[in-house]
Amino acid sequence: MATLTREETEALIQEVLEVYPEKAKKDRAKHLAVNDHEANAKKCVTSNRKSLPGVMTIRGCAYAGSKGVVWGPIKDMIHISHGPVGCGQYSRAGRRNYYVGVTGINAFGEMNFTSDFQERDIVFGGDKKLAKLIGEIEKLFPLNNGITIQSECPIGLIGDDIEAVSKKATAEFGKTVVPVRCEGFRGVSQSLGHHIANDAVRDWVIGNRDNKPFEQTAYDVAIIGDYNIGGDAWSSRILLEEMGLRVVAQWSGDGTLAEMENTPKVKLNLLHCYRSMNYISRHMEEKYGIPWVEYNFFGPTKVAESLRKIASFFDDSIKAKTEEVIAKYQPMMQAVIDKYKPRLQGKRVMLYVGGLRPRHVIGAYEDLGMEVVGTGYEFGHNDDYERTVKEMGNATLLYDDVTGFEFEEFVKKVKPDLIGSGIKEKYIFQKMGIPFRQMHSWDYSGPYHGYDGFAIFARDMDMTLNNPCWSTLTPPWKKPQAPALAAAA
Amino acid sequence: MALRQCAIYGKGGIGKSTTTQNLVAALAEMGKKVMIVGCDPKADSTRLILHSKAQTSVMALAAEAGSVEDLELEDVLSVGFGGIKCVESGGPEPGVGCAGRGVITAINFLEEEGAYDEALDFVFYDVLGDVVCGGFAMPIRENKAQEIYIVCSGEMMAMYAANNIAKGIVKYANSGSVRLAGLICNSRNTDREDELIMALAESLGTQMIHFVPRDNAVQHAEIRRMTVIEYDPKHKQADEYRALARKIVDNKKFVIPTPIEMEELETLLMNFGIMEVEDESIVGKTAAELAAEAA
Repeated sequence: MATLTREETEALIQEVLEVYPEKAKKDRAKHLAVNDHEANAKKCVTSNRKSLPGVMTIRGCAYAGSKGVVWGPIKDMIHISHGPVGCGQYSRAGRRNYYVGVTGINAFGEMNFTSDFQERDIVFGGDKKLAKLIGEIEKLFPLNNGITIQSECPIGLIGDDIEAVSKKATAEFGKTVVPVRCEGFRGVSQSLGHHIANDAVRDWVIGNRDNKPFEQTAYDVAIIGDYNIGGDAWSSRILLEEMGLRVVAQWSGDGTLAEMENTPKVKLNLLHCYRSMNYISRHMEEKYGIPWVEYNFFGPTKVAESLRKIASFFDDSIKAKTEEVIAKYQPMMQAVIDKYKPRLQGKRVMLYVGGLRPRHVIGAYEDLGMEVVGTGYEFGHNDDYERTVKEMGNATLLYDDVTGFEFEEFVKKVKPDLIGSGIKEKYIFQKMGIPFRQMHSWDYSGPYHGYDGFAIFARDMDMTLNNPCWSTLTPPWKKPQAPALAAAA
Repeated sequence: MALRQCAIYGKGGIGKSTTTQNLVAALAEMGKKVMIVGCDPKADSTRLILHSKAQTSVMALAAEAGSVEDLELEDVLSVGFGGIKCVESGGPEPGVGCAGRGVITAINFLEEEGAYDEALDFVFYDVLGDVVCGGFAMPIRENKAQEIYIVCSGEMMAMYAANNIAKGIVKYANSGSVRLAGLICNSRNTDREDELIMALAESLGTQMIHFVPRDNAVQHAEIRRMTVIEYDPKHKQADEYRALARKIVDNKKFVIPTPIEMEELETLLMNFGIMEVEDESIVGKTAAELAAEAA
């Protein structure tokens, strides 16, 4: 089916809005838009607002943003879920942030540490229990390099003084103990949790090694906002190293406390997920004068563009090596494109994800001759949409904090060839007969970042889209009769 | 006689616990079967009945045992003067945890364990002065206290508090069966105190059920951790509590209160000379400005 015109897309939005009650309609109308390169991007879509009850939003909470996203992957620290047992248990090892380490020795991401609140902890306060728990952790897992306290909802209600516990434990054990006030009810989505987690890094980690010796080079960089889903940070890091840079830290996929503490010594911060870690990048710029640059490692076009942008901050030797890197991978990427583009050319994609992907993966699809015709953010802000408008074609659909109903209706009308979203959407759309890729977890595949990642990305999209199962969805008796048979009858 | 559940509210320090315990002692003397449930982390609602400093509370025992499910009713229930059953919900020291949740947990526990047995005539909840959160409204939710008595005096802040509590009752009265049953005036010997509280009661649509005069006998008894009824049953103050008890037994006037606006309350206070008539012309002016105006 041909791409919808601007008028058709606008009519589609109006049609979908029609079912809402007046108040909900007015609210949701602000979150939906037809992309327009000319219009003021800031005004096109309202974002980062409270979701309406009953719309089946896909959003998470502040605790998810802090514990699940920003802090959780720091592998050599133990992250305590302070409160009742569920939050920690259901977020345990739930994100595919790969790491190198031995669980229980120097990596703790697969385990659940919780203060397991009971009634008495609510009534009498949980700080004594928390202090005891930290003592037990020190006995049982002495090789941990630090602890974070991730607050669950009740902590914000009963006023546990987790800062005091942190200070005391830091003095007692000589380790970094970080209190994080990421109670789930704060804010409208996980986005505030990212911000709170960034602020905790700023207050309790960033300055820890100021004025301490560190062997610097002129080529030190840090990867900020790569969570190493399926190994993404690793396939990014090798490119940076090949171009002559030294990667001092990875935030936070496969990251460590020491890496975070050493980050203020780098020359440039490389920011991949802008949404979740722009705060700490800005802080390091203000406090240490470290510039930061956004980059995009999805698809060879954007990778090459980004490598050159990063190289522009360094001397000619780096720039020369960067060209060598791009030249080295160019034929490999061409081979991938030659293989898959004929099979994917012209296919249309709708996305609905979080963080950076609603705009960052567009280039990778375009490298394969595909077109993204609709995209939206779970928890984006205005600055995300500003960056998205120019990446998307004119008259494509933008939907912020899309509701279950809207997403299904858009898909029915736009009829994309592929949808990229999360586990909650996957089976709905597959049952509607539409090929689907999980774009949070890479559907248990990956990495998708860097040149190596693109080869896997291309293969995954092909095997999903061109899977023979889609042609067997209609049973034989419902298929139109073959002309020969019809003639014989 | 069916079980009557009553909650006592009022401004902090007004004498709720002392009044409640003396009243309950008088009821027990009349042969009534009564239980007191203290709903205050300070746990001082039963000390005059039990002659103890502070009864070990439900929450303290639960914290010790692990959880409230590990407790039995007899662990938390003490019997004192006149066969009065005593329970303290307990809670944290000031500044930590959640005292409101302690009240909720304790009352749920008492219900589940069958503390409200058929033989009881009265349950009295003695609640922390300010209804600061949902936990302290627990005693007046559905199927709990149906009668509320507010202890107050002729002092301005006590009357403000009484009016605010009445507002809180309206919320629960409209959705349930809780009713305001009267104001108990615990005298501070202010001028025309009885008339003032009667006027306030009338405005709220209720009654001043009894005027308890101020008497040092209460303090003398309290030093000995006793009620006046027990310490000096022949004293005239004991008769006052007996009178209050009798009036509560016979009380039929249960109303949805009609709390008054602040202006109305202030007018009332002005009429009784408790409050000066406000001079609007001086509001927000500094001493220097006033001096300049005067010059």
